[in-house]
Amino acid sequence: MREWLQNVWEGFFTVLVGMRITWRHLFTKSVTLQYPSEKWQLPPRTRMRLFMKYEDCIGCGQCVRACPVSCISMKTEKRPSDARPIWASTGHPIKLDVTAFDIDMSLCCYCNLCAYPCPTFCIYMTPDYEFATRDLTEHLYRFAKQDAVFLTEDPKKKPEADPKPGASPAGATGA
Amino acid sequence: MEATYAILVRWFPALAGWPTWAVVLLSAGLPALVLFHFMALMPLVYVYAERKVSAFMQDRLGPMRVGPYGVLQTVADAIKLLFKEAVFPRGVDRKLFVIAPLLVNVGAFLPFVVIPWGARLQPADLNVGIFYVSAISALSTVGLIMAGWASNNKYALFGAMRSAAQIVSYEIPSLLIILVPVMIVGSLSLQDLVLAQQGGLSRWFLFRYFPLMPVAFVIFFVAALAETNRAPFDIPEAESELVAGFHTEYSGFFFSLFFLAEYTEMFVVSAVASVLFLGGYLAPLPMLQQIGPIALGSFQLGPIALGWFWLWFKAWVLVFVMMWLRWTVPRARVDQLMYIAWKVLLPISLGLVLVVGALVLRRSTANGFSWDRWFGWPLTLLVVGFLFAVMVRALLWNRSRGRELGASGSPSPVQVWR
Repeated sequence: MREWLQNVWEGFFTVLVGMRITWRHLFTKSVTLQYPSEKWQLPPRTRMRLFMKYEDCIGCGQCVRACPVSCISMKTEKRPSDARPIWASTGHPIKLDVTAFDIDMSLCCYCNLCAYPCPTFCIYMTPDYEFATRDLTEHLYRFAKQDAVFLTEDPKKKPEADPKPGASPAGATGA
Repeated sequence: MEATYAILVRWFPALAGWPTWAVVLLSAGLPALVLFHFMALMPLVYVYAERKVSAFMQDRLGPMRVGPYGVLQTVADAIKLLFKEAVFPRGVDRKLFVIAPLLVNVGAFLPFVVIPWGARLQPADLNVGIFYVSAISALSTVGLIMAGWASNNKYALFGAMRSAAQIVSYEIPSLLIILVPVMIVGSLSLQDLVLAQQGGLSRWFLFRYFPLMPVAFVIFFVAALAETNRAPFDIPEAESELVAGFHTEYSGFFFSLFFLAEYTEMFVVSAVASVLFLGGYLAPLPMLQQIGPIALGSFQLGPIALGWFWLWFKAWVLVFVMMWLRWTVPRARVDQLMYIAWKVLLPISLGLVLVVGALVLRRSTANGFSWDRWFGWPLTLLVVGFLFAVMVRALLWNRSRGRELGASGSPSPVQVWR
């Protein structure tokens, strides 16, 4: 009999305890994010869509070899010896013409392994995550450009040594 | 009906000359029409409230997309349900399959006939009022079993059998508890039950015979929860065990009828509980029973009876408690359900009937204990104060937590608003 009374009281009382908790939660702020109108502020180093700065690529192909899922494909041609010398913004001379640089983001596993070996830091992941498309083939990003503007002088070179005519003071123009 | 007739004749004196059938049709049809629309449209509000309450209790936002703060969500859902095809699976008993949801609705709808919204605002003041309510609302059990059987589906049948077992079990303590206020008043009429509680909050039956009647109220409320198949007693439609219980095979309009019936039943049992224990349409303070008469210059604002508001308000508070319980307490097992009904609620309610019956017969305690009036207001204020304190604490915690997140400048992945 005593046990029965104790059970009944406990059953009733514990329900009240639970109700107190839910009552408190009734007035706590919700954690929902109303997605399209409110968005996450992602940290700058979040690994989302890959980006590749074509003007800085020296065509070494280390990213292609590092990629575990082979989502990067690259074609290079040897730059003719009589062509105007160009440099990447890190000071690496560009000896190869990158004729194609395609990244298939539908294959990408967001491991960031391609970004580590890049000597010119030209391939990196951006915090942009809203790139859903209706067609899967639109996830193939072609980064090679016809009208890319390369540096025509070594940015690491000392500025006092014979400035070329036509180059701007910042040294960021050229053909 | 007589009351409606009297009110109609007072407003439209020409009505007295009308033929009898027209008068009967009008004075019976008007309340029926009003209550039907009330019943048919209120579930939209209930469902919205339920979804919002559940969302807030789980720190979510609930429906937010359709209309401002999602107020039109349930309207959209209702329209969707109405336009959906009603699928009749092969092997169902078509006649019973169609009749079942209607019967469930009849059981949910007809108790409105005797629920008093005011001293005269009552479709019919039957002298067997409370008996009528419990008898008619048991009709929906027949509908549930019919639905389960006609569906030709084992889960539906399981749900129906569980529902029948549950309602039969919980009808007994609930009827025994109904006997208690009936014994005090000596009448089954809901109007008499309300009028016996006149004189403010401390005269409500909830605070009569002080430690006894609150227990009776809790038992009645628990039994009512079980009879409406609400959580924690929603095993007839336990989605983790049976797919959806008795309405597994229903879709579209017929499914929405079950939905309608469930929420209407919630309101009906809450209204009956407030009539039996919380003074029905009576205000907690007698002075709040009506507005006015207020004279604004030459304009006279006549006394506006607020009885309908108080009944509605009390029923809504109880409906809210039902939702609150649903999102707090996990579902009871079948054996626990039977244990609660037969081994806990039944002995206590039987004891209450005996003790209160004896107390009513004794001349000195026929109108309650001498200490009853000391408990009504303090207890109410205690409960309200407790809820208010928890609310304020939660809000303050909110505020301080928001400041913590905003001020620390730590790279939180989620942006902090406000």
